Amino acid sequence: MVNVEGLDTLLHSHPFFQGMDEGMLEFIAGCAANERFEAGDMVFREGGPADKFYVVRHGIIAVEVGVPGRGKATLQTLHEDDVLGWSWLVPPYRWTFDARAATLTRVISLDAVCLRAKMAENHEMAYHLLMRFTAVMAERLHAARMQMLDLYAPGGGPEGDRGP
Amino acid sequence: MSTASGILSRNDLSALFDALAARGLEVIGPTVSEGAIVLAPLDGPDALPAGWTDVQAPGAYRLHPRDDGALFGHTTPVGGWKRFLHPPTVRLFQAATTADGFTITEGAPPPPRQAFLGVRACDLTAITRLDAVFQGNPFTDPIYAGRRAGAFIIAVTCAQAGPMCFCASMDSGPDLRAPYDVALTEILESDHRFLLEAGSAEGAALLADLPLTPATDRDTAARDRQITQAADQTRALPPGTAERLGRMLDHAHWNAVAARCLSCGNCTMSCPTCFCATVEDSSSLDGATAERHRVWDSCFSLDFSYIHGGSVRESGASRYRQWMTHKLSSWHDQFGTSGCVGCGRCITWCPVGIDITEEAATFAAVDAARHPVEA
Amino acid sequence: MTADLMLPRAFRITKVRRELADTFTLVLAPDDDGPVPPFQPGQFNMLYVPGVGEVPISISGDPAQPETLIHTTRAVGAVTKAMWSLKAGQSIGVRGPFGSSWPVEAALGDDVVIVAGGIGLAPLRPLIHAVMARRAEFGKVLILYGARTPDDILFDKQVRDWRGRFDLSVHVTVDRATGTWSGNVGVVTKLIKRGGFDPHHTTAYVCGPEVMMRYAADALVAKGVASTNIWLSMERNMKCAIGFCGHCQWGGRFVCKDGPVFNHAAVADLLPLTDF
Repeated sequence: MVNVEGLDTLLHSHPFFQGMDEGMLEFIAGCAANERFEAGDMVFREGGPADKFYVVRHGIIAVEVGVPGRGKATLQTLHEDDVLGWSWLVPPYRWTFDARAATLTRVISLDAVCLRAKMAENHEMAYHLLMRFTAVMAERLHAARMQMLDLYAPGGGPEGDRGP
Repeated sequence: MSTASGILSRNDLSALFDALAARGLEVIGPTVSEGAIVLAPLDGPDALPAGWTDVQAPGAYRLHPRDDGALFGHTTPVGGWKRFLHPPTVRLFQAATTADGFTITEGAPPPPRQAFLGVRACDLTAITRLDAVFQGNPFTDPIYAGRRAGAFIIAVTCAQAGPMCFCASMDSGPDLRAPYDVALTEILESDHRFLLEAGSAEGAALLADLPLTPATDRDTAARDRQITQAADQTRALPPGTAERLGRMLDHAHWNAVAARCLSCGNCTMSCPTCFCATVEDSSSLDGATAERHRVWDSCFSLDFSYIHGGSVRESGASRYRQWMTHKLSSWHDQFGTSGCVGCGRCITWCPVGIDITEEAATFAAVDAARHPVEA
Repeated sequence: MTADLMLPRAFRITKVRRELADTFTLVLAPDDDGPVPPFQPGQFNMLYVPGVGEVPISISGDPAQPETLIHTTRAVGAVTKAMWSLKAGQSIGVRGPFGSSWPVEAALGDDVVIVAGGIGLAPLRPLIHAVMARRAEFGKVLILYGARTPDDILFDKQVRDWRGRFDLSVHVTVDRATGTWSGNVGVVTKLIKRGGFDPHHTTAYVCGPEVMMRYAADALVAKGVASTNIWLSMERNMKCAIGFCGHCQWGGRFVCKDGPVFNHAAVADLLPLTDF
């Protein structure tokens, strides 16, 4: 099932890994696997061990949080080329939200236990991975702040009526 | 353009008023009212501020008597000519209203025909600044244009600059820099007289109706001497201000000015070129008519920049910056000239005496310290 | 003379459509049954409720059918709240159309990316009509639309129709998912990042709250779209719409007559100075 060479090619062409050197990619490919989720399948649950992260190849994953009395609230949706999960980088390595496939979704999963061990001894590789995750985090934080602004709320300064 | 000129004796001044009245013109000019020299309709020469002059300082204005009986021996009157071309309040329309709709019944009132007597160089330039705003920008305001077309302008030579004056650094004076119908120079020698020089065909026609005697070189020399005297000014706007303010929009000094500024809007009201206005819509108590009036507004008010949800310019600093950068910088982008003519009224009428030339100099000094190579 | 531009002309409301909880559309026809002036996509009219006041509102109809004058707005201020309570058969005043427009010609041969936030879709709808009327002259056409919640998607039926077309890509995202929403959740800039257009041959038109437009333009530039190929529509207080009242000044610009549509490259320096 797992074709290391095929994954190597996939990772090479993926924007997240762009510019990483061959040796590192080869190692990362060794920690990678193809996975597939049907619509509605849970990818991971809040509180579960964060021992992987995912690169979306196709489909939509919803990051959700359960709110008592309101069911599940979707915080964001992730799509082709997006990266899912960074709790694997932060002790105690537990997922902080739920992730669920909203449609049939294909991902590459990366074994975090294997990566964490490698990063502890290979700081060069750790640097390259962390730089990439920092960019993802910055984008998510920016988006979260924009959502927090509630720009389209009444009085939030919508377009259309240009006067009092 | 006519070169007609002549001398009108002080004792014949009423002939000028008569000639203007014969043309159906209401004469507006300087007069003493409530302890100040203001511009108002004049019945005749007796209404002019004979023997009075003004003493202006930042945040201060006083009248002082002078012993020579001069009629135009003051500097800038309170307020400019703006109010007679762009009225502080004017009806735009009246409408008959029903529950389902409305019909416009009246537009703006017809423009009065006015003669402006005693327009100083700075104020003459200010009128051309307003022309650029209201006529062909590309739109033309019928209210302004109607009043402007009917206005007969008698400019007056400035014999001396006040301590607030800085027209010499604004390319707006002290000699007359814009078209007028008649230029008047008051000569206070043994015989109190006026040199009148036509600047238009209408001006020449008016002069033809007056009991004039020929002007001599002595008279024109007196005029030139006055202009030279008036060019001696203590204030000036530093060169490069327009471009400099445009790139210092986020400088901390705006906060320092704002700490003194009361946001009262006196500067905008007294400025001869500030043109901003709002509209006020109202309806009669019985709901049968609705009206809209245009009313002067000031960029210092919080409502000025209000869009639902809040004002764009919340802070005093942002509002002072809007006024000063518009006047001295972005006006160039809009109309190709400065919006300031150096009359100094905003300094005089500021209750805390903020001096636009001093603030511009502070920015220049800060800028020079920032860019020592350019300085 | 501009007298005509200063007097509102009475228009009868022929239809009122409640679009969202606080958003409505008025369809207008002149009381005098005379012709309705043509308009360009992105232009606005001053709408007057007798005795109450006047506000600038973008035209949201099809520029090919100017006789059906359509405005979509939100009841947020005194005037628009008064407008909200009006019914078909009643009349309001109209002055206009005013201002600059979305330059449709600028995109000929290019991919077209239309980025809307909230009610910002209304001023963009005439542009969408204009582009689709000559669809063959453009590359890909994308509509990227961010709304507050799934219940706040403006013109939702029309958005569904657009989504059904093969010559148009429509992506909608919401800030907050509610109900059974199974679509995108996240900010509209994310849709830009996902691409689907050739950034080096793209003309983009952006309308929404100023903050959203600023970040959307940044995202387009980051993607490789030239700043000079991005167009925005600004909002400022306006009383006259013809450059006399001074309220809408934005540096050296009058938003009423130099805008509301501006080229991003010309205003990028001013955008972060939000109290100017």
